[in-house]
Amino acid sequence: MTTHRPEISVAIAILMLAILMAFVSPGYFSRENLTDLFLANVPVLIVALGMTLVIVIGQIDISVGSLFAICGVSAGLFAKAGVPAPLAALGACLAGAALGALNGSLVAYVRIPSIVVTLASMVALRDALRWQTQGAWVQDLPAGFQWFGLSQSSYPVMSLVIAIVLSCGIAWGLRNLAGGRAVYATGSNEEVARLAGIRTALVKFSVFGFMGALTGIAAALNAVRFNQIPTNAGLGLEMKVIAAVVVGGAAITGGRGSIAGTVLGVILLGAIGPALTFLGISAYWERAVQGAIILTAIVIDAVRMGAREPGRENDGSNLAASRA
Amino acid sequence: MVFTLLEAKSISKSFAGVHALKHVSFDLVEGEVHALIGENGAGKSTLIKVITGAIQADSGTLEIRGRTVQQNDPAVARSLGITAIYQQPSLFPHLSVAENIALPLESGGVWRKVNWKERNRRAQELIERVGGSIQPERLAATLSMPEQQIVEIAKAIGANVKIMIMDEPTASLTDREVDSLFKIIALLRGQGAGIIYISHRLEEISVIADRVTVLRDGETIATRRTDEVDKAALIGMMVGREISAVFPKREVPLGKTVMELRNVSNRAAGLRDISFSVRSGEILGVAGLVGSGRTELAETLFGLTPADSGEILINGAPVRIKSPTQSIQQGIGYVPEDRRQHGVVLELPIAANTSLANLKIVSRYGLIDRSKESSLAHRYVQQLGIKAPSVYTETGALSGGNQQKVALARWLAINPKILILDEPTQGVDVGSKSEIHSLMMDLAGRGLAIIMISSELPEILGMSDRIAVMHEGRIAGVLSRQEATQHNILSLAVN
Repeated sequence: MTTHRPEISVAIAILMLAILMAFVSPGYFSRENLTDLFLANVPVLIVALGMTLVIVIGQIDISVGSLFAICGVSAGLFAKAGVPAPLAALGACLAGAALGALNGSLVAYVRIPSIVVTLASMVALRDALRWQTQGAWVQDLPAGFQWFGLSQSSYPVMSLVIAIVLSCGIAWGLRNLAGGRAVYATGSNEEVARLAGIRTALVKFSVFGFMGALTGIAAALNAVRFNQIPTNAGLGLEMKVIAAVVVGGAAITGGRGSIAGTVLGVILLGAIGPALTFLGISAYWERAVQGAIILTAIVIDAVRMGAREPGRENDGSNLAASRA
Repeated sequence: MVFTLLEAKSISKSFAGVHALKHVSFDLVEGEVHALIGENGAGKSTLIKVITGAIQADSGTLEIRGRTVQQNDPAVARSLGITAIYQQPSLFPHLSVAENIALPLESGGVWRKVNWKERNRRAQELIERVGGSIQPERLAATLSMPEQQIVEIAKAIGANVKIMIMDEPTASLTDREVDSLFKIIALLRGQGAGIIYISHRLEEISVIADRVTVLRDGETIATRRTDEVDKAALIGMMVGREISAVFPKREVPLGKTVMELRNVSNRAAGLRDISFSVRSGEILGVAGLVGSGRTELAETLFGLTPADSGEILINGAPVRIKSPTQSIQQGIGYVPEDRRQHGVVLELPIAANTSLANLKIVSRYGLIDRSKESSLAHRYVQQLGIKAPSVYTETGALSGGNQQKVALARWLAINPKILILDEPTQGVDVGSKSEIHSLMMDLAGRGLAIIMISSELPEILGMSDRIAVMHEGRIAGVLSRQEATQHNILSLAVN
């Protein structure tokens, strides 16, 4: 839609990183490392897909880390109660959808700003979980739970399939479904969307519910990687995810953003940390470098927007004056 | 001898080549109430802005209390004792009455300690001086409209006001509240202040004002003593403009009544007892002054603020319109006034804007048919003459006139029976304006019923088959094309 594609800048950055690593530290591209990198970032990616929608409608959800912990623990508890692993994952997904819908109803129908709603649910859900479990991790999981009962080598393949299906499916839907159009319209200009007969409150509610469902899937995929499920999972996840979406070119003010951009954002931010380790740079620098990348992305965006619409504010005064 | 508080001589101001003020002169003496009247767009607000320093005049001189002001700005105007009170009081809602009054009065640095007792005492005293009784501790947000005005006036007196500008101060007051406002005005003039009083209510002016100045199209038409002129003479001075543009009005055979309103009221929007009807092929002009309820009427018909009583009939059958969705289902399209804010989604391409109200038609099971969408957009780009490289061009990249056409395209795409246009040609250039007008005629020719709200009397007179004139939330009268003149529209509008 725009001539400028933020995705391309991110893709170039990833390519440059890859070339650098290929020359300096080819071990980075070992099968084990890439698999580890991939598995660690699949949950981030899936949550980021949902976050893209949330940010495109001009909202924010900082409760995803807490939701992630609750959904992971729920998946484990379902499994321990004898539910087969795929159904336990579905349960986690539904639990996430329900909690996301709760956020969504407060944002859409009670009209509380999403930053306030999700700040409250972030704290409340995290502490509710801590109180309920007394901080104890979920252990003694049934054998069929880990790797969904798959072998350790075929699990990454399944993860890859899920990641691709979700990414492509959502990207396709945003482009081709009436619902996707409604998402962009609501984020660009809620009033115009409402005047065009789009039920913007329903759009917001649904996006938050969907965000929760994706968080549930991500949590389940993450939980099966280990033989116990920590109750403090997902701490700081919201920041990682929001950063990836913003680096991918989504406007935090809503209306713009793409799934391709988000996928690239997750890859760039996920790849850079381990790359530093391979380059022998202290891990302490990881966050600083990530911060610099985010800042760069935001500055580029701000400069671009400033250059594009310099005269937007002039209209008002002329109009007001001509109406006297 | 009377002391002249303000003398504006030959003030001119233009915006983007359009003259808002042309050599306007105005003066105000001590203890006087000087009314300023004129139609929408006559230049009243611009003149006020020049006096308060909100904008700079291009030429002319401004003398305030004997001093020639070279470079006026809000701080200078304030220091010279000028205060303006607008129709909507501008208090800080989350601060107390005393804090609101204290704000312009107390000087000192950021770290100065506040003497709360003194602050409240002073606020109390000022409020009592204008005959009010409001606790200084109350939050401004909890005050009623007249209470807010009292606080504004107390604030002005505290700031030692010499020139008080009141812009439509009685617009949201009841008769009794108007009486007490007039008492305060009498008090102010007794203290030697001068008051510039803007109002559309001409009967008020003869009661409260000493002199009246009429502006029209940015020019001073006359300044008279109020005891020398009557209402009819004032209205005569306010109109008297020739219709310069040629409108492409054609005779279109009128069909059946498409929409009928019976005693529709909407308390929240301030509409009372609205009844009218529109026929297929007809353009119904809705005239009235700013604030008379025209846009509110459009929003009621479109379901944004649903009516709370009365009946709306479409093709003879009563309907309920509670939301834009229902309104669209009934075949009503609405192109709102503020195009950039409410008309088009600037970030979306033309095609997506065209289909936005119409997603059901271009999609199946929620799946958008892209070729259907683009051919829909192509059709309207051609029909409306939208100048754009492609239907996938971002709407924000188009000119104002073309954006307005995209907004129109969206509503034509729903195949409407009734089209509501709110200020359809505001802010578009002359060329696009006449294109939009001939387009409206084409649409009427195809049997569409059009409700056109406009502040421009020539447009209303040139395009409408009938004209409904609104005044304070009511229909003051409906005129036929033959009987309508600028003069009788305006007399209905100011009642």
